[in-house]
Amino acid sequence: MENNKSQNKSPKKTPDKKRRGNQREIWLSAGGIGVLFLCLMIYLGHFVATSEQDMINNSYNSRQQILLSRNYRGSIYSRDGEVLAETILNEDEEETRNYPYKNLFAHIVGYSTQGRMGVEALANYYLINTNTSLTNKVKNDTAGKKNPGDNVYTTLDVKIQQVANDQLDIYRGAIIVTEVSTGKIIAMVSHPDFDPNSIAEIWDDLVDNDSSTVLLNRATQGLYPPGSTFKIVTALEYIKENPDTYQNYSYNCNGSFRLGDSKISCYHGSSHGQVDFKKSFAKSCNSSFANIGMSLDREAFQETLNDLLFNKDLPLTLNYAKSSALVSESTPSAEMMQTSIGQGKTQITPMHLNMITCAIANDGVLMKPYVIDRVENDEGTVVKSFKASEYGRLMSEDEAAILRQLMTDVVQEGTASKLKGLSYTAAGKTGSAEYNNVKGDSHAWFTGFAPAEDPEVCVTIIVEGAGSGGDYAVPIARRIFDAYFSEKQ
Amino acid sequence: MQEYVIELSKYFIAFFMVLYTASCFYTFRYPTGEHHKGIFILQDVLMFLVQVLCFLDLSLTGGDFQYLFFFAFILIFLFATITMVSLIYENINRLLLNNMCMLLGIGLCMVSRLSFDKAIRQYVIVLVSLIFSLLIPYLLGKIHFFKKITWLYATLGIALLSTVLILGEVTHGSKISFSLGGITFQPSEFVKILFLFFLAGALWENVSFQRVVLTAIIAGAHVVILVVSKDLGSALIFFVGFVFVVFAATRNYLYLFAGIIGGGAASYLAYQLFDHVRIRVLAWQDPWKYIDNKGYQITQSLFAIGSGSWFGMGLLKGNPTAIPYVEADFIFSSICEELGVIFGMCLILICVSSFLEMMRIAVKIHDRFYQLIVYGIGIMYIFQIFLTIGGGTKFIPLTGVTLPFISYGGSSVMTTMIMFFIIQGIYIRLQKEGERRGGK
Repeated sequence: MENNKSQNKSPKKTPDKKRRGNQREIWLSAGGIGVLFLCLMIYLGHFVATSEQDMINNSYNSRQQILLSRNYRGSIYSRDGEVLAETILNEDEEETRNYPYKNLFAHIVGYSTQGRMGVEALANYYLINTNTSLTNKVKNDTAGKKNPGDNVYTTLDVKIQQVANDQLDIYRGAIIVTEVSTGKIIAMVSHPDFDPNSIAEIWDDLVDNDSSTVLLNRATQGLYPPGSTFKIVTALEYIKENPDTYQNYSYNCNGSFRLGDSKISCYHGSSHGQVDFKKSFAKSCNSSFANIGMSLDREAFQETLNDLLFNKDLPLTLNYAKSSALVSESTPSAEMMQTSIGQGKTQITPMHLNMITCAIANDGVLMKPYVIDRVENDEGTVVKSFKASEYGRLMSEDEAAILRQLMTDVVQEGTASKLKGLSYTAAGKTGSAEYNNVKGDSHAWFTGFAPAEDPEVCVTIIVEGAGSGGDYAVPIARRIFDAYFSEKQ
Repeated sequence: MQEYVIELSKYFIAFFMVLYTASCFYTFRYPTGEHHKGIFILQDVLMFLVQVLCFLDLSLTGGDFQYLFFFAFILIFLFATITMVSLIYENINRLLLNNMCMLLGIGLCMVSRLSFDKAIRQYVIVLVSLIFSLLIPYLLGKIHFFKKITWLYATLGIALLSTVLILGEVTHGSKISFSLGGITFQPSEFVKILFLFFLAGALWENVSFQRVVLTAIIAGAHVVILVVSKDLGSALIFFVGFVFVVFAATRNYLYLFAGIIGGGAASYLAYQLFDHVRIRVLAWQDPWKYIDNKGYQITQSLFAIGSGSWFGMGLLKGNPTAIPYVEADFIFSSICEELGVIFGMCLILICVSSFLEMMRIAVKIHDRFYQLIVYGIGIMYIFQIFLTIGGGTKFIPLTGVTLPFISYGGSSVMTTMIMFFIIQGIYIRLQKEGERRGGK
């Protein structure tokens, strides 16, 4: 290349254009094509590095069958090593998938025949691949046996799951327990449930019956009106707009708030009298929050909603439904008042509410929730381990601290007083979400964390049609916190 | 034992392939023609090792001796080609020769894994092509009227393409081939060579604006016929070949930009006008949405690559035949699936090193006619590789062209071999000139 440069620079004796060297043009086009191929190779490398699992897991990929014909499915374990799902081989090497805890982990561990769900779906790639030693492969190969698939250890805790399940009892609803600092899902219950051992037998009934929602994981896919738990969001927006003056807020509650023809009443018509910001939140005063809602800048409010991942994809690998909450200048006042107290058109999944609560507990930073802790081969060698990772900041550290204080006061002097006076201090927000315009029909919500001063565990509960959150969801939270802290000791 | 061998050979195949690829680029340390012989012998050894391991895997996993017989035939072919060609023409370019043999070997091995019958047919075509191609360097040295029949190339090329358009058979919605005596030809492949000779002939001494416009009109006729035949891949290759050859011949950047802008405008127009172009683009943008129909091929191809990952599933252990027309348009995906993406990337790099070697030869040639031919062959060769691999990996929309030397398809392999031997012939002439000059 050096000599062609000098050739180009040297004065040309022949005026004929074609006689001049075109090395520069040739190398330029070669360079251009080189860049093209560089991009192609980077793209290919990136594709392989990031999408191998998605490719194998896609049901249109016939290679799953190939892997399954060579390996049998690995086991799924709880975090303390209890078997949650295993493949049992009989004398004829016939495989059956066994779920020792039957209904207990129905949705979160899921099933692997009739399609896949839960961890069975998430970890499918690991479960049907094998990293067993070459010696074992050779041994199995000679004996004509299949190789054992890799085993998956989850973050799930059998005891907490059991407590949550027992507490929800015969009610429909969902409970999620997560670890604040990591985003680990410790327990996830959805009722009604089913026995995955008999999924083949009950499948046709479940699928034929359109009204059946048994297969729906309510924790991540159930969309509910958030009710008063949404006041966390309204409060956050008010604090953002009035960072220095929110403490001076004052309102006189006489049981309802009127604007034109629309009216918002407090729960069971109780009037809270003179309330400040803290008390409005602790007592969950609808009238006061409708008043607050009407004062908010709607554009900024929508931005806050988007920051909190409403109308957006969640950083969640489990199947989930998207929460929705929309406010704009054109939202009618009546609807705006409803929206401020978590009624109206707003819908949220319990998992999403849990993530917002976790972010508040974690100084405003959301950790990505995850349920697969590590993958091991059949001999216990770790093949892959998953670490906690940050999704990002949902609110400032100060805002999170203010909300934590507000939520602590809910327990100390507000609607969650059934969590008061225990060996740990809890914080949270209750909700009683009315769902079919009939007074008294409400879902009981609670979302909160403990210990309030240094949060470790975050709990979100919804009990469908039970009544008020303070009466029906808070006691469940208490049992779960109790179980969590007693297990820790 | 068997499992040990199969499992370990996977890594050795990738390792030998990486070494071979590195050796290709190592030769660029030396000026063309002044290589150390040792490195090419090393390449031959590596080529042999890759072949041995691949066929060992095929035989062990398949449990079938047919692969061993075929392997013997391939070895004979490779050995004969490497020794014979360098005996007949001592000034042959060893890098291009080795790369051709390496790619042919990989191709035959992969086609035999996909369909044994097709592999045997491919083998025969490769042999016939080689015998014919061996004459080319000799003919190039003897015949001197190549520069004088410029318009004949164009007439012949357009005539051939038009014949296919009118009389050709419709395969997969495109009219690109016709049968003669039981053998199916795809004339657009052979017309590539005529087209390049036409371009070189038209532009080697006269690069006036009028001449460029005239060339553009005739080249445009080729491209339009191909687009109407729905052979979009070939149309693109012809177009790109034309733009680059004009650029190298005129040294005028305006033509290059005009070509790029014109190409963009033409693509947009084609997108608006033709359904089959729109479908390709849709299937590229979101193949998952159309996984049952338009996006089926490309998603199956992505499954293959994704499932294979870095080291592959092992020969005969994947399911590449799930991809429609895998042995022609998607052979790269099947290679990635069973031999791994590292192997696939090496394959790309071997092709790129062949291209760079062609460019190294091109800059040395003083006779503009032959220079443009070498340059044009290089551009069309590498661009075809970009189209097929880019298409199969969803980097660009699918155009359905073959991977030269590797895909199943007689016309493709024969044309590429002729192209390589045209370059060899020109290279040999260049070496002889150099010797003569050096002698003085």
